[in-house]
Amino acid sequence: MFGKLSIDAIPFHDPIIMVVAVAMALGGIALLGAITYFRKWKWLWTEWFTSVDHKKLGIMYFIVALVMLIRGFSDAIMMRTQLAMASAGAEGYLPPEHYDQIFTAHGVIMIFFVAMPMVIGLMNLVVPLQIGARDVAYPFLNNLSFWLFAAGAILVNISLVVGEFAKTGWLAYAPLSGIEYSPGVGVDYWIWALQISGIGTTLTGINFFVTILKMRTKGMTMFRMPIFTWTSLCANVLIIASFPILTATIALLTLDRYLGMHFFTNDFGGNMMMYVNLIWAWGHPEVYILILPAFGVFSEVIATFARKRLFGYNTMVWATVAITLLSFIVWLHHFFTMGAGANVNAFFGIMTMIIAIPTGVKVFNWLFTMFRGRLEFTSPVLWTLGFIITFTLGGMTGVMLAIPGANFVLHNSLFVIAHFHNVIIGGVLFGMLAGLTYWFPKAFGFTLNEKWGKRSFWCWLIGFYLAFMPLYVLSFFGAVRRMQSYETAEWQPWMLLAWVGAVIILFGILCTVIQFYVSIRDRKQNQDVTGDPWDARTLEWSTSSPAPFYNFAHLPDVGGIDSFWAQKQEGLKSVSEGPYQDIHMPRNTVAGPIISLFALIFGFALVWHIWWLAAVGAIGTFVSFLARVFNDDIDYYVPASEVERIEREHKERLEMQA
Amino acid sequence: MTTETMSNHDAHAEGHEHHDAGGMKIFGFWVYLMSDLVIFGSLFATYAVLMKGTAGGPSGADIFELPLILISTFLLLFSSFTYGMAVLAMNADRVAQVKAWLAITFLLGAGFIGLEIYEFQHLIHEGYGPDRSAFLSSFFTLVGTHGLHVFFGLVWILVMLVQLQTKGLNDMTRPRIMCLSLFWHFLDIVWICVFSFVYLMGVL
Amino acid sequence: MRRPHHLRMLGILLLLTLTLLLTGCSSELLDPKGQIGSEQRTLILTSFALMQIVVVPVIVMTLLFAWRYRGSNKDAAYHPEWAHNNWIEGIVWFIPCIIIIFLAGLTWYTSHSLDPHKSIADDPSEQMEIQAVSLDWKWLFIYPEQGIATVNEVAFPTDVPVRFRVSSGSVMNAFFIPTLGSQIYAMAGMDNDVHLIADQEGVYDGRSTNYSGAGFSGMTFDAIATSQAGFESWVEEVRQSDQTLDFPEGYNELAQPSEDHPVEYYSEVSSGMYEDIIKSFHTGRDDGEMHAGHGGTEDDHDDMPMSAEAAE
Repeated sequence: MFGKLSIDAIPFHDPIIMVVAVAMALGGIALLGAITYFRKWKWLWTEWFTSVDHKKLGIMYFIVALVMLIRGFSDAIMMRTQLAMASAGAEGYLPPEHYDQIFTAHGVIMIFFVAMPMVIGLMNLVVPLQIGARDVAYPFLNNLSFWLFAAGAILVNISLVVGEFAKTGWLAYAPLSGIEYSPGVGVDYWIWALQISGIGTTLTGINFFVTILKMRTKGMTMFRMPIFTWTSLCANVLIIASFPILTATIALLTLDRYLGMHFFTNDFGGNMMMYVNLIWAWGHPEVYILILPAFGVFSEVIATFARKRLFGYNTMVWATVAITLLSFIVWLHHFFTMGAGANVNAFFGIMTMIIAIPTGVKVFNWLFTMFRGRLEFTSPVLWTLGFIITFTLGGMTGVMLAIPGANFVLHNSLFVIAHFHNVIIGGVLFGMLAGLTYWFPKAFGFTLNEKWGKRSFWCWLIGFYLAFMPLYVLSFFGAVRRMQSYETAEWQPWMLLAWVGAVIILFGILCTVIQFYVSIRDRKQNQDVTGDPWDARTLEWSTSSPAPFYNFAHLPDVGGIDSFWAQKQEGLKSVSEGPYQDIHMPRNTVAGPIISLFALIFGFALVWHIWWLAAVGAIGTFVSFLARVFNDDIDYYVPASEVERIEREHKERLEMQA
Repeated sequence: MTTETMSNHDAHAEGHEHHDAGGMKIFGFWVYLMSDLVIFGSLFATYAVLMKGTAGGPSGADIFELPLILISTFLLLFSSFTYGMAVLAMNADRVAQVKAWLAITFLLGAGFIGLEIYEFQHLIHEGYGPDRSAFLSSFFTLVGTHGLHVFFGLVWILVMLVQLQTKGLNDMTRPRIMCLSLFWHFLDIVWICVFSFVYLMGVL
Repeated sequence: MRRPHHLRMLGILLLLTLTLLLTGCSSELLDPKGQIGSEQRTLILTSFALMQIVVVPVIVMTLLFAWRYRGSNKDAAYHPEWAHNNWIEGIVWFIPCIIIIFLAGLTWYTSHSLDPHKSIADDPSEQMEIQAVSLDWKWLFIYPEQGIATVNEVAFPTDVPVRFRVSSGSVMNAFFIPTLGSQIYAMAGMDNDVHLIADQEGVYDGRSTNYSGAGFSGMTFDAIATSQAGFESWVEEVRQSDQTLDFPEGYNELAQPSEDHPVEYYSEVSSGMYEDIIKSFHTGRDDGEMHAGHGGTEDDHDDMPMSAEAAE
């Protein structure tokens, strides 16, 4: 009846998990209770969950990402604590079965359920506004993408309490992830969480690719697009081209595990090297999916706060395109030690280094944007400066790893861990937090508290260096990744130092939480009615904050790069003057959440081999999709009078402030 | 098809920015097909790597029945032609003809699927199921993934038949028939690759 | 209040960097005990130094520009529309290009000179062969010439090139003795190899670097580099053991998962056991085995660009 699922699947014997589970349950009950008490269910459902408004979806992505960041960081600090303890024969407090799940979950959560939704959330919030569009190309699919992603995130969290998560490392290398060596449900959770959210990501990629190509406003030629839009476009090209590889690879692993096939098994002709190749053919583009939009954020932030045009716009675009193309021919650098021939290794090593050239050019362009500017040290700028220095160091260690001869001693060591945190924290995370602070007023109509933002930055920066520089050191002593304990007592001081770094990062996260609290409390003082709190340059700042659901009363007309800045210089009025016209908008839809709910049921049932429930999930997904297909009532016109009312209110607020 | 959708570019002037929604749907679907092509590319690569991994089991030459495959190939090729006829009928606004051609396409596609199920069932019965060897795993998966696509295409044809019945040809159904057309021809192209790369090269 | 606090933190960081440089000198990778490791140390330090040509100016310019062009400094030039300069853009492409060209040359050369499959011996008959098989979760070392085997301990004479043939009886692992240099993956059904040499006597730490499951952390072994005489007496000691290892019975028993496995000596081992272990994974190839090195991955590589091309 319930497949492999029984009451034993809940780890009652593990106090850590049970405490977390109880805390989560209490938190959940409190949240649900509060929603019920304040009678917010209907509002949540009609205004948010079923919304096809890209701005609201962007906000929801970010909320999930921040919650998952806390989950992923808890994993991190547990690992650091374990390694600070488990020296010279000591076992620490986490046995391997638990520790191995934690580092797997940490990697999966941070990449798929923190970094990805932050990047996609920011794209949702910003890209349509930057190109002067009313919405994305396929608003319903956008909602569906979000809910599929959310279903994946929920599945990962269920695995914490019901059953177990994978103990294989975040990429689940075969044959360890095969049924022979991982008979539990952990890998199955990994499979279905990634598969369901991955489909959402592919849909997002297609959606934004078409949006950027087809929905730009009048005069917005490709080479007038803001850099963030350019980097988003390239990231979406990478999603479209690489995520299907992940889908296929995971599907093959699924067939191995569920139907006894032999793609990646040790025997019957299977080939685990194929798995490693395929997963990195996706995995390497994936890191550029994350970092390119972060590059875009820094470009916007630095130009805005240096009060100066971005230096070398064309160079910036071509560097982005070059990185996009090159990212597909470097995947083998993740496994030089597999023993491919010297020519193969050298080729992939050199290709990898070539990526350093356009990346270096970008760094210099940001530097020369500051040059002869008037730089204002807001917290987004601090994140940017911290990024330039930290990312340069990370890039350097990346090039070292790309030299096969050096990689033979650095591979799989803590050097690799330090390197990719160097670029992912210093690059992606700093970028996303900079972007969050920068565009927050556009989403909510008030700015975030600067004092706590800066505190958060300093904690993250110092915490990062304390946490990860020791790992570079340890790698020279032969310390490897994913070890749960170690014999060498001399490593312990460095591990303790890394733990201190992690604690300082914890304070950084707490600062962000406090920042939200303080900012929401003081929202009246920090209110931005102009829609342009930073005196910025691109179109999203030309509409009011928070932007009306139709984004622009009139679609703007663009005459060049940074056209909003140019308009302000010429003293032209904002775009919201009458007369107004009816605006065609998509209707909200219940299909996204419902389809995803059935997809979640489908995934959960397959994890536990509950076949009848899987059938319910599959049929439910199909039927609810069909219902959507047969629904013709998917759009409507906002009458001009309504537009006028909204725009008049905005104008009144503006006048009141003036 | 692509040039047509590409040329719709600047059609979203003020006030009627949604009027080329049909063109945008087709373009987006075309992009989706490209991502689907990457899935097939991955499966072809996997097949190429694993085709020698027979683990003492049969190789392609031992199990492929070319005459049968040839029949199903012609069924699918011909169904592409009949789908083309359906699109021509749609452009001439002849709903009844569209439905008729779609129904014929459905039957041809169903025949293709039927033959594939027969082939698979026959192989499994012989003891050459997908769990026999890496070669058979990759063979069943590559061909089966294509078959699954055709199956979804059949379901989609049914849905379109119902929608043509209830809604007729309108701004909603037309782009869908065009998308399905892209899908169907795409599956044909993929099948030609499967036929040459898997069956012909396997037997030769 | 905050600023001095940050300065103190900066001081601690600097101190740390200093200790890094001092203690690093005696670390496994920076104080190697063999030819391969020494070449790799030189390579790491050379590439590190080369990249400082870009890294140091970038860091200095970041701090300098940010400070010089701060909003409150009205003395600094301000050109809000200045966004293009052919000279600067030329230079920022040119300098990284030059460095990368140099690094690429270095990469090409060292990828070949440090190729793990390349023999260090001038004459292959001078080299010694040791076969290493990763199991859950221990290392089995087979000495085909001596006909002995050990678990979690390996010994070899100094100044003799050693060819480690590496395979796995389970999931993927990686064979690594940091002090001597290069690691290599151990994969079931595949015959990989890495050539190493020790020029100083000592007991060095060896381990698997590729995560392989619950007992991974304990998958360590001692690598004993000793004199020729010392090695011979070690072999003699192993030969005194009353344990022997045969294939498949004894091997299968050993292959059962165990954590923190103690060192074991086998005075006798079935001949061709390493090849038998590889063949036991029924790969379906005619020769019954795949060469991870120039065979397996090479044709892997031939096929893989297909998916990459499809992806593009």
